[in-house]
Amino acid sequence: METTKLPPTSPSSPTTGFSVPSAEKVDGFPRRSMRRARQRRSHSSSQFRYQSSQVELTPLPLLKDAPVAELHDLFCKKLQQCCVLFDFLDCVADLKGKEIKRAALNELVESVATSRGVLIEPLYPEAIKMISVNIFRTLPPSENPEFDPEEDEPTLEASWPHLQLVYEFFLRFLESPDFQPSMAKRYVDQKFVLQLLELFDSEDPREREYLKTILHRVYGKLLGLRAYIRKQINNIFLRFIYETEHFNGVAELLEILGSIINGFALPLKSEHKQFLVRVLIPLHTAKSLSIFHAQLAYCVVQFMEKDATVTEYIIRGLLKYWPKTCTQKEVMFLGEIEEILDVIEPSQFIRVQEPLFKQISACISSPHFQVAERALYFWNNEYILSLIEENCQVILPLVFATLYRVSKEHWNQTIVSLIYNVLKTFMEMNSKLFDDLTASYKVEKQKEMKRERERTELWRGLEEQQERRLQTLGEASRNQKNLQERGESAQPSSPQTALPEHPDLDLSGAPSTT
Amino acid sequence: SVEKEAPGGGADGDDSLYPIAVLIDELRNEDVQLRLNSIKKLSTIALALGVERTRTELLPFLTDTIYDEDEVLLALAEQLGNFTMLVGGPEYVHCLLPPLESLATVEETVVRDKAVESLRKISQEHSPVDLEVHFEPLVKRLASGDWFTSRTSACGLFSVCYPRVSSTVKAEIRQHFRTLCSDDTPMVRRAAASKLGEFAKVLELDYVKSDIISLFTALASDEQDSVRLLAVEACVSIATLLPQEDLETLVMPTLRQAAEDKSWRVRYMVADKFSELQKAVGPEITKNDLVPAFQNLLKDCEAEVRAAAANKVKEFCENLPEDSRETIIMTHILPCVKELVSDTNQHVKSALASVIMGLSTILGKDNTVEHLLPLFLAQLKDECPEVRLNIISNLDCVNEVIGIRQLSQSLLPAIVELAEDAKWRVRLAIIEYMPLLAGQLGVEFFDEKLNTLCMAWLIDHVYAIREAATCNLMKLVEKFGAEWAQNTIVPKVLGMANDPNYLHRMTTLFCINSLSEACGQEITTKQMLPVVLKMSNDQVANVRFNVAKSLQKIGPVLDSSALQTEVKPVLEKLATDTDMDVKYFAQEAISVLALA
Repeated sequence: METTKLPPTSPSSPTTGFSVPSAEKVDGFPRRSMRRARQRRSHSSSQFRYQSSQVELTPLPLLKDAPVAELHDLFCKKLQQCCVLFDFLDCVADLKGKEIKRAALNELVESVATSRGVLIEPLYPEAIKMISVNIFRTLPPSENPEFDPEEDEPTLEASWPHLQLVYEFFLRFLESPDFQPSMAKRYVDQKFVLQLLELFDSEDPREREYLKTILHRVYGKLLGLRAYIRKQINNIFLRFIYETEHFNGVAELLEILGSIINGFALPLKSEHKQFLVRVLIPLHTAKSLSIFHAQLAYCVVQFMEKDATVTEYIIRGLLKYWPKTCTQKEVMFLGEIEEILDVIEPSQFIRVQEPLFKQISACISSPHFQVAERALYFWNNEYILSLIEENCQVILPLVFATLYRVSKEHWNQTIVSLIYNVLKTFMEMNSKLFDDLTASYKVEKQKEMKRERERTELWRGLEEQQERRLQTLGEASRNQKNLQERGESAQPSSPQTALPEHPDLDLSGAPSTT
Repeated sequence: SVEKEAPGGGADGDDSLYPIAVLIDELRNEDVQLRLNSIKKLSTIALALGVERTRTELLPFLTDTIYDEDEVLLALAEQLGNFTMLVGGPEYVHCLLPPLESLATVEETVVRDKAVESLRKISQEHSPVDLEVHFEPLVKRLASGDWFTSRTSACGLFSVCYPRVSSTVKAEIRQHFRTLCSDDTPMVRRAAASKLGEFAKVLELDYVKSDIISLFTALASDEQDSVRLLAVEACVSIATLLPQEDLETLVMPTLRQAAEDKSWRVRYMVADKFSELQKAVGPEITKNDLVPAFQNLLKDCEAEVRAAAANKVKEFCENLPEDSRETIIMTHILPCVKELVSDTNQHVKSALASVIMGLSTILGKDNTVEHLLPLFLAQLKDECPEVRLNIISNLDCVNEVIGIRQLSQSLLPAIVELAEDAKWRVRLAIIEYMPLLAGQLGVEFFDEKLNTLCMAWLIDHVYAIREAATCNLMKLVEKFGAEWAQNTIVPKVLGMANDPNYLHRMTTLFCINSLSEACGQEITTKQMLPVVLKMSNDQVANVRFNVAKSLQKIGPVLDSSALQTEVKPVLEKLATDTDMDVKYFAQEAISVLALA
């Protein structure tokens, strides 16, 4: 995918050629320093410009002073008042109006949270309308095109003083003992939820925190929306994994899912298994894994605890996506594997031990000491050690050669001494097998070298043969050409007629030299 | 049969040499890297097996073992696109469909895209009959797959088979495409939207009007902006296909709506595709609709959109109908442009600066002097270096219209400031424009104002700048000639040979390397060579081995007597230097110059 600076979060289609901004053309390097030096500003919400004429707000009487008969009417008026949006980028604009709205929101929050009997049916559409008008907006482009959630300060939402109160109101509304899902479901519908989910991309962590709690409540109370919410989260994740690699709210969504998985009924529906295998596991490939790895690993372990039969899918999936070059991610994977092994059933362990310990053995021989160290720490885990002991006959032969070799070669002394401990443990576990492996180590090495030589031979032979054939084909086609040039038709029985037409033979994938 | 007689078939006994099992073992090797290497040489294996066994043994194996590392799958998907001859030619090309079909359903996007690319490629090698018997059913299977990946892949295959199948099958294909455009998952709708334009191009005009327009309208008002923005791209192709009289009713309502979409991403896309859209809808609609739309985009509330629109200012103006071009620019576009010059966002200003100079050719001398020049001058003083650089890099457009003198007063301070910018990348960028500037400003102006700068860069503390400065000198000499070089720069360059800093002494050598050819034999032999030879006694080894390298470089410019009498002894001496690098480069020079 092309590197794009403008617009950073725009959904990229492979056919979309964004022009490289001139700042980039100068030398092709992004200038972090300059970007950093730029003045930080808060996000404006793209929505503001769509409000055509600004209404002047006038303060309404306080809710607590209102006679019971007028309470609902006043509540409704306040909700309508709160539908007016203000420009927060201009911090001095319409201060009076902003204050009136702030006070009204505060009152609404307070009223919904503390007094009973306020939430009557006619207020539902008004409340949801007020919430929608305030929170639903196209998120603005990121201030910082290469926003790195680990390094950079997030850009905060400018209208937060109001937005926070709206979220607070929404939350109290959902949590109110008076809340009636049967009334709410007419207004909190699929379209509403879809827009709510899109907001999880907000760069402002405070907003995502609110959204997380709110979505969790919606999921809990509006049963009819559950399947839809799960499906849309799926879509967000799949888009994140396979299309954009950009979405700020992955961790928050995973956190919600973590508690949802807990409630899945057994046996697991195929929809849920599919979610695990086709969404959660591939999420491990994301570049920004470190931001949501804890939540992801939690979800994965939840699945396993729910239904042990998914263990094999999980482990094989992780092995498939094992990081090739990023050692930092490799350490995370090893951490997750340990979490999984902590709760694995011995019968499941046997099913995956071979490929798993091949990978662990590869990690032990990593030149990056943190990777090797993290893998060797498995032997400090008593449960894992007991699993290894039970299956020593299988595991020791898988790791022995690596341990033996790395113990002699590794540059890092800590690793060397950790390996000695592991070797010692194995020796105590099964001294007979250990001695046999030590004795056959050299023979195995030689066999391996022999296999290597045979491979080289095979390929040399293959390539020589290819050369010969290409020559034959070349000559043949030359001959044929000559024949044609001389005006003689090629004889039907001549071997050339059976030849594929050489000039079209595309062997671009083949190496030209051996 | 054909394959029995195929080259190297059973006849020469290769088959027994390489039983398929051995080859397949290679493709199954535990080590991913080795597996990848084997897959990349799949054609070698196929050739060894011959066409028949490739079809009957290798391909089934590949189809069955599709679960592998994505990298291996990617290589496989690519290989299979070039496999037609290896399975026996077009007659058998359909054998490649099963493995490619599986590859088109995997999760990883790059693998899937590559599989689709290969499928598109081999679709052309199918006969019309095979296309209907083998290829089109595959497309249908993919289009009705369970998982979104296969449906996404299907979107890219409709357009390649549509033109070559019967009308019944065509109707089916249209139906499948319609279904995918309203697919449940946004991923598939995005894929369909991105192929809408391509598909429209192969459809009969009646179907474009009946089918495509309704799909286009639906996608352009999708609930997700990521789908809507792709419809904008399709809009270009669709508008190009339709006759002018249908555009207003069939396309324009949707386009107007996209230009005012509530999502900035969609508006950005409209801005980004503006020139294409303009060409597609023609001059009348441009005048009535696109001009106001363009003004709005230039004033958009999001900087990203303004920047994208600013980038298109020149192209948009250029393509306006000639009769009203000047009026539209002066009354509608220029006022917006003036505002953008003082935009709050540097990317917007920078985008504008990269095209604004182009307006002068369109507006002519008088308008340029009166209306554009003040804007150029304002941008030349902008606080952001990119803006200034973009103006300077496009000076040639103005030069043609009003001559550069009008600008030189403001130009000089801008250049000087950029030349001394704290960021070396900015300095590097301005150096690259020096030869161009020198050509336009003329030798006198250059000597008077810019020569000092060019020499100062030679002692910059960043190597990249010194290197660029050296290269710049060479280009200047090419422009102004050897005599100019001899009088103005060669003495200064050679003077640096006595500098106490060895890096500066080396700069002399680097300059000589790049200048000798442009300066010619006379100057090189008489003035440069003595300095180089003298430097062979330098106490810093780096200087000495660079002497050896320089001698190798300038050797071809020197005459043979100088080579023999002067260069050879020095190189021989250096070849016995105590430093091994000096020795190495001296020996290399001796052998390259054939002085041994």
